[in-house]
Amino acid sequence: MTEKVLLVDDEQEFIDTLAERMRNRGMDVETATSPKKALQLVEEGSFDAVVLDLQMPEMDGLEALRILKEKRPEIQVILLTGHATVEKGIEAMKLGAMDLVEKPADLSKLTEKIQKAQAKKMILVEKKSEEKIKNIMMSKSW
Amino acid sequence: MKWFSKKKDHRIQDDENNRLRKSHELFNFRRIWLLSFLLTSGFAIVPVIFFAVIDYNVTERLMLSETVSRTMRLTSNTWRSVAFYLNERQSALQFIVKENSYEALNEPRRLAEILENLRQCFGGFTDLGVIDSDGLQRTYVGSYPLRGKNYSGQKWFENVVSRGSFISDVFLGFRNVPHIVIAIKHRTGDGKFYVLRATIEHNLSRILSEINTTFQDKMKVDSGRETDVFLINQTGIIQTESLYFGKVLEKNRIPVPEVSDETKVVESKDQHGADLIVGYRYIPETPFILMIVKDKERLMKPWQQSRLELIQYLAISITIIILWILGITTYMIRRLKEMDKRRVKYLHMAEYSNKLASIGRLAAGVAHEINNPLAIINEKAGLVKDIFHFKKEYREDPRLMGTMDAILNSVERCSRITRQLLNFARHMNVSVQQINLKSLVHEVLSFLTKEAEYRSIDVVVDIKEDIPDFESDRGKLQQILLNIINNAFASMKTGGSVTIRAMAVPDSRVQIEISDTGCGISQENLRFIFEPFFSTKTEAGGTGLGLSITYSLAKELGGRIEVESKIGKGTTFMINLPMKLEKKEQSDASTASG
Repeated sequence: MTEKVLLVDDEQEFIDTLAERMRNRGMDVETATSPKKALQLVEEGSFDAVVLDLQMPEMDGLEALRILKEKRPEIQVILLTGHATVEKGIEAMKLGAMDLVEKPADLSKLTEKIQKAQAKKMILVEKKSEEKIKNIMMSKSW
Repeated sequence: MKWFSKKKDHRIQDDENNRLRKSHELFNFRRIWLLSFLLTSGFAIVPVIFFAVIDYNVTERLMLSETVSRTMRLTSNTWRSVAFYLNERQSALQFIVKENSYEALNEPRRLAEILENLRQCFGGFTDLGVIDSDGLQRTYVGSYPLRGKNYSGQKWFENVVSRGSFISDVFLGFRNVPHIVIAIKHRTGDGKFYVLRATIEHNLSRILSEINTTFQDKMKVDSGRETDVFLINQTGIIQTESLYFGKVLEKNRIPVPEVSDETKVVESKDQHGADLIVGYRYIPETPFILMIVKDKERLMKPWQQSRLELIQYLAISITIIILWILGITTYMIRRLKEMDKRRVKYLHMAEYSNKLASIGRLAAGVAHEINNPLAIINEKAGLVKDIFHFKKEYREDPRLMGTMDAILNSVERCSRITRQLLNFARHMNVSVQQINLKSLVHEVLSFLTKEAEYRSIDVVVDIKEDIPDFESDRGKLQQILLNIINNAFASMKTGGSVTIRAMAVPDSRVQIEISDTGCGISQENLRFIFEPFFSTKTEAGGTGLGLSITYSLAKELGGRIEVESKIGKGTTFMINLPMKLEKKEQSDASTASG
């Protein structure tokens, strides 16, 4: 099963390259250079994981994360950060980010995390559908 | 620790530091000391000397004028006595010639009677004689055989004939004894005249000495041998006994004073050049000049005594003043020097922390900007490697793959440096927690136990039980301890020991000492170890930021770090932390983080 990943960073060059490498590893990658576009893409389709840069011009990464989580609570976000500050990391985690990766990122680590994210999302989705089924079973008496 | 002596540029920096330190000393203290000492002494001593000199002059003048006026009084009193004495005798003789006839006087018994009466009533008369107009002594009563002597050729006889009455100066005459003559010329009815002549021996001296003793009682200062009273005649021949200036009929050694109608006091010198005060008076109608001579030096003796005292007093007070000023000046300058030293130290400290802060900001900016292109390089290189990976011919080429790995490794190294730079520049809020030092130290050591065991390093922990839990930032404190203990480990090859000691110290502070038995730090490097980018481990991958970060972390916690080290013996880091964080520092840290 291919992982569907959305890369968000203001550096076009960076995400293009990263996207190409990930595609080479068999992932389904889409890119966005601004948080706004990212939000748009998330609304249009579903992603297993979003890799989000913490520092972007238009919108702060944390802000973007908050909005993303509001829209799609089950979405798994991995944050990319230029400088690892503990407090921002903690804040990001509190907002529901799955993980934090320091820039420049090691691709194998990132891949690993994306796979984990996918698995997590699968579980969440399964749980959700389970609940749905339960609900249906509870509400509709045969 | 492994601090080798560092490259040239550090020596240059060292020189610059010295220069800087010297330029901070604004004052030449030796010069200031000398200047203030001289000025203060000058201002203090000049008035003292000034007044002393004035006092000296005033007293001298006062003393002198006092002496002069005393001499004046003495002279004028004495001459009046002498004049009166002579006058009295002259009048007595006048009375005798008027009262007695020439014949009666020529009667020797009558004359002897008169002489006896004169001696009883006036005293001082030696003999009495009657001389006719030819100068022949007709009658004589007295102790010398002078009857029949002819005086016609003598000066006094000529004088008495021309003037009518005459007092002579002292001379020897026929009797060969110094005496004076008082002679009265009396005209008889037939137009002829005769002369009554009386002589006085010695008695003048007696009067003068009598006068002298009367004055001695009045003026003790002038008493005794200081004052010499005598008569001279107008040619300077001494007429009465003098104490110092010659005998009767000798030439006086003091020049004859100029003619004057008044009593005068002049200053003169004797033959040895000693200063004299001379009071004199020309006694009218006599050939005498009264001389009162005082030795100025002896007169001024009491004053000289007080002058000596004055000089002694002056010398003592000047010495005291100078000593006092010396002490005060030295003390003040020493204080000033101390203050200046402290000022330079604070200036240095301020410069240092400023430097750290600006380096921090610069480093953060640089690190941040570099991080993004670094990420791109990383990905591009990764992509190239990926592409190679999928083509067999490239994959087999070890040079290509090696080059790519080298690029990736370099990027990794760069990112490690930027990360540390950011760490260095980071200003986090201090989050205050209660800290148990013992457990904190053990937490930190848990990271390092494996390495310690592997390198057989002995870690000794000696933390006093009486240290209470205190307030501090746990993360920062951990970082500080970790950095220093890491350094301690790095300074030792295998074996050796690290001792961690902690104790509560006064002013509610905690002292943590971490000592190792490693290679030590040289004295010159010791000064730089807290400066960023100072490292002796550059080859081994050190960035020179570790201790610098440690230093600023300790500062943020309100603490300080000191180092002692001996090459080959080991190094001790002393961390002194407050038990309570001050609010001010917290707010500082938070504003800095914004």
